[in-house]
Amino acid sequence: MGMFRVRHGLVVAVLLVFGSAPAFAQAQPDARALQDQIDQLKKEFGERIAALEAKLAAAQTPMPPPTPDVVPATPPATAIGSQAPLGNAKVFNPDMSVIANFIGVAGKNDHSDQPSLGLSEVEAAFQAIVDPYARADFFLAASPEGLEVEEGFITFNTLPAGLLLKAGKMRAEFGKVNRMHTHILPWADRPLVTQNLVGGEEGISMPGVSVSRLIQNPALFLEATGEAYYGFGDVFASREDEKSKLTYVGRLRGYRDITEGTNIDIGGSYAFGPSAQDVDALPPSVNSNTELFGFDATFRYRPLRRAIYKRFQARTELVWSRPRSTGFVGERAFGYYGSGEYQFARRWFAGARYDQSAQALDPSLVDKGGSFFLTYWPSEFNQIRGQYRRTNYGDGVKANEFLFQMNFSIGAHGAHVF
Amino acid sequence: MIRTITLFLALALAVPSIANAQLKVVTTTEDLGSLARDLGGDKVAVTALAKGYQDPHFVDPKPSFILAVSRADLLIVVGREMEIGWLPPLLTSSRNAKIQPGSKGYLDASATVKILEIPTGQITRAMGDVHPLGNPHYWLEPGNGRRMAQAIKDKLAELSPNDKAYFEQRYADFDQRLAAGEKRWDAAMAPYKGTKIVTYHRSWPNFMERFGLNVMGYVEPKPGIPPSPTHTIELIDEMKRQGAKLIVVEPYFDLKTPQAISNQIGGKVLVLAPSVGGSKEAADYIKLFDYDIAQLATALKQVTGK
Repeated sequence: MGMFRVRHGLVVAVLLVFGSAPAFAQAQPDARALQDQIDQLKKEFGERIAALEAKLAAAQTPMPPPTPDVVPATPPATAIGSQAPLGNAKVFNPDMSVIANFIGVAGKNDHSDQPSLGLSEVEAAFQAIVDPYARADFFLAASPEGLEVEEGFITFNTLPAGLLLKAGKMRAEFGKVNRMHTHILPWADRPLVTQNLVGGEEGISMPGVSVSRLIQNPALFLEATGEAYYGFGDVFASREDEKSKLTYVGRLRGYRDITEGTNIDIGGSYAFGPSAQDVDALPPSVNSNTELFGFDATFRYRPLRRAIYKRFQARTELVWSRPRSTGFVGERAFGYYGSGEYQFARRWFAGARYDQSAQALDPSLVDKGGSFFLTYWPSEFNQIRGQYRRTNYGDGVKANEFLFQMNFSIGAHGAHVF
Repeated sequence: MIRTITLFLALALAVPSIANAQLKVVTTTEDLGSLARDLGGDKVAVTALAKGYQDPHFVDPKPSFILAVSRADLLIVVGREMEIGWLPPLLTSSRNAKIQPGSKGYLDASATVKILEIPTGQITRAMGDVHPLGNPHYWLEPGNGRRMAQAIKDKLAELSPNDKAYFEQRYADFDQRLAAGEKRWDAAMAPYKGTKIVTYHRSWPNFMERFGLNVMGYVEPKPGIPPSPTHTIELIDEMKRQGAKLIVVEPYFDLKTPQAISNQIGGKVLVLAPSVGGSKEAADYIKLFDYDIAQLATALKQVTGK
């Protein structure tokens, strides 16, 4: 308010100084006219300053709390929207969630060191839009082995030419299961083929860059992805002395609705990179590579009217793995699984899975197994699962186990890709 | 072979540029789709993602939806976190800068409407699947329909300024038909003002408030939580005590519990369309109310004898 008064005074003074100077050379009636003009200006400025002071006073008065259920007869464009509790800086916080995976195992398995009871993983997720051009997703996984960045990447989703670019540490686009975090698996474990040929729990997950593009066509959804990674995992491991040697992953995914409630999803994947393990057939001085081929198919049925009560999903993934180097192609190891899951009530799911996979380093040893599982969802944020698993390992060891799993989450967790 | 593949790819990539000059509008629900068609006429090509007979909270973010969103000039959403479980991955995977939140081609239809049940104080999931930004089923009220239509009309005019007069004329026509509808619906519901009813989910607060019905309970013990025996028994007792006889259910919920309650109280279960397309008769936004009000008035007449 003081500022307005000072300005008011200055304006009047300036007007008096510059406005009155020519008046000395003019007749008396002109001086009176000038005085009238000054008075008029003083009046106008006074009114404007009073109005501004009134506005300032109103702004400084505490506003009553918003009344959510009240709406003006003709609402201004944003008046009602602003009633939402969005008026603080917390809106810029990312979606944050913590998801725990608690697993119990009973039975005998000489090839497994899984504890009887264990909090096998706690995943903390932070997800938000970075700016008008990108979003970022971070998934930190704490397990008995320690805390690690399971994934942490930026996604540029507004690039020209329909490109989608990701950079950071990611689970590679190889098949279906490799992209999935533990809590969205329909089983309490990962299939044998994943354990033997695609890196187990960790999967193919390394720092890298991913570019994908929709191939627009009238027949189906078609998406092509190309990725390059540098890092160390159970299947691929970069050489510290050859930093240009990367792991490359490519995938082509096709999807089509059959009816409004059924669809088919088919993908082919390829990965090539430096092997994480030496191949016996090669001299130690020769760097070996690993080549993976994958094929996956998923059939889904979910009638829209009964979507919260009934659904069925059948999925298979086939993986071929072989070591390769210059002038050398090793023996191919093949594995696959076939799984079906049926939701028979709002909170209940039942399913079965068949597993078969050769071991990567000795394809003559073929592990076989099968599981039955039953899942109960108290809510979408909490699921309890029991799974019976029988495994016949290639070396003759037999295992019968019962797995008990509880997955539970708190906070806001971003929706998953279909 | 290579020539064939090249030709196929060239054709595939050329498809978007062949499209005509219509604005491609994608809406998350059929209600928004109906309004967009009504206001846009032949200047727009509208695709609605979720069907009117499916639960809009639980929609699969199918790749076929990604294709639709990737080609859109305008995306209209219900907002208030209604689509929180399925829209974000579609937006990311669409690779379409035009319809990202904050862009010119993104319209949150809830921005100018009347929102009910905005929670206050501490919100936890112990309260069920609550919507922190208020009840998102706001489209079930003609006044909000008018506000949504205004917002859509303004957005269409912003994106296609040469057709502004056309959209204005269509809005005026819609407004007139809606006003006439409101008179019909108010008259049909007038005898039942204050009647106590029960609904399955909290889908109807705007609708019931507008037409003067008193929702005294819900089949769900908490939003999104399936009915429990304890809650069902309590609800039966309360309905008997308060004389409520009608249970309104959305088409995607199981009728077993509502039917059991109805049998206990000698009442009636009524499946209403919560969205355009929720029944065959509810073919557009105005017919949605025509259908629901006619069904409701008939059922209320039976249970109240008025």
